[in-house]
Amino acid sequence: MWFSEWTNEMTVMMMDGIKETLFMTLLSTLFGYLLGLPMGIALAVTDKNGVRPNAVIYKVLDVIANIVRSIPFLILLILVMPLTKALVGRSYGTAATVVPLTLAAAPFIGRMIESSINEVDRGVIEAAQSMGAGTMTIIMHVLLVEARTSILVGVTIALGTILGYSAMAGIVGGGGLGDIAMRYGYYRYEEEIMFVAVVLLVVLVQIFQTLGMKMSVKLDRRQR
Amino acid sequence: MAGMIEVRNLGKTFVTKDADVEALQDINLSIQAGDIYGIIGMSGAGKSTLVRCLNFLERPTGGTVEIEGRDLSMLSEKELRAQRAEIAMIFQHFNLLMQKNVIDNICFPLLYAGVGKKDGGRKGTMSRKDARKRAEELLQIVGLTEKAKAYPSQLSGGQKQRVAIARALAANPKILLCDEATSALDPQTTQSILQLLKQINKDYGITIVIITHEMSVVREICSHVAIIGGGRLVEQGRVSEIFSHPKTKEAKELIVKGKGEERRTLEGHQKDMMKGKCCIRIVFSVNSSFEPVIANMVLRFGQPINILRADTKNVEGIARGEMILSLPDDMQMQADMKEYLTQRGLAVEEVDGYVV
Repeated sequence: MWFSEWTNEMTVMMMDGIKETLFMTLLSTLFGYLLGLPMGIALAVTDKNGVRPNAVIYKVLDVIANIVRSIPFLILLILVMPLTKALVGRSYGTAATVVPLTLAAAPFIGRMIESSINEVDRGVIEAAQSMGAGTMTIIMHVLLVEARTSILVGVTIALGTILGYSAMAGIVGGGGLGDIAMRYGYYRYEEEIMFVAVVLLVVLVQIFQTLGMKMSVKLDRRQR
Repeated sequence: MAGMIEVRNLGKTFVTKDADVEALQDINLSIQAGDIYGIIGMSGAGKSTLVRCLNFLERPTGGTVEIEGRDLSMLSEKELRAQRAEIAMIFQHFNLLMQKNVIDNICFPLLYAGVGKKDGGRKGTMSRKDARKRAEELLQIVGLTEKAKAYPSQLSGGQKQRVAIARALAANPKILLCDEATSALDPQTTQSILQLLKQINKDYGITIVIITHEMSVVREICSHVAIIGGGRLVEQGRVSEIFSHPKTKEAKELIVKGKGEERRTLEGHQKDMMKGKCCIRIVFSVNSSFEPVIANMVLRFGQPINILRADTKNVEGIARGEMILSLPDDMQMQADMKEYLTQRGLAVEEVDGYVV
């Protein structure tokens, strides 16, 4: 019978798993945006149809984003170990996985920011230019304001994706729900533990998705 | 005397992969302070490019644009931005910030662009409180006080354009550029927006440049008009003059076909009936309306005249009678009748293939 042998230790393990998963996901998303937001803005602004076209800057960022995004996460995890060690002090553990997660997330986030900003109506940008607004003013007070809803939807997508990546953190002893599911389900055939871990992952993604969408709709002034 | 806006030999060529497109060629304009200047043309004529050259949103590829004697091409990026704050602009699709309410939209130029800089300070030196106060005054001018907290998506087209006008006035501009500002509005709302523009021109002495494809807009409020066709300036002058004596094909076309007067397509046999008919358009000036000209002409020549259309139009604030007549087939008679009408001070224009 399933769940007949469910012990307190397993509950504690699951709770720890949730904590580790949240820690990795939220921190990596935060750092991912610290890198990805400026990158995305720069991509959108220097685009040939952007506010301040600059072919060189655009091309450099474009290539960086493509290279990082095409490296499989598992490989990236191992590739950046020296950097992880230099930044966190060691190359294994929950905190250590934040480094490769952030690096994997940043270009992906940058691309989403770029596309959110590109959706902003050209006419509104033109209006700001006609009032004598400079590039910085347009970025801060036109592009980011008008793209707000789309950017928030992007955050929701980013959280889900990074949560998925974090499941691979087990490779470097990162822990988390994904790690639990792999260890117990894949290596030991203890399906119920895997099942519980996966259900918890699904619930987490659902919560992120629901909160994110609620917030973006609430902050959107276009339909009311 | 140098005008508020002087455009000399202006040209704009867009370089595309396939070919170079000459959007504008050899445009010369002189717009005096306080004018309401219309720039009219069919879509694709280059008028939107022209208006963007007036504030350098598009850099011309030839010729010069001078605003109050300052050649825009000589200005640094920073000086150009300061200059732009004095040249406000409103648009066909209003271009308001959709995520900001009405008051915040009007505050935008006060807080982030323009005004602070013009007063010698850094941009954004106007305090939030002062900006709000000014925005509320502007909202009163455009008659939307009760909508201060509304978002653009909750407003009608006319209301959005009023907000855009308030935003444009915020920086105390000397020039207001209107790019098809009434083209997305219904006739009634168009009227009220035009009246507002007229009032602004009168009260604040702001020079207004109006880009449009509708002759009715030009007739309603403009003192001068330039007609653009195929990237070239084909005709310009006082509106009353061009309305009475259009010289070019483009001018005639724009004048005869007014807004909301879509020409009906005729059935085959109706077309045949109209074929070869000599049609003329006559415009009555004020003094010629005392004499019953048409009736007298019919009596004098003893030939019936077919009146295809008769209308009164408001030109520069004066009512002008306009008629389209179909003359008898006799060529000599036609010439005599035209002569007769011209002698009585009427503007006579031949209109080929006029279809009611």
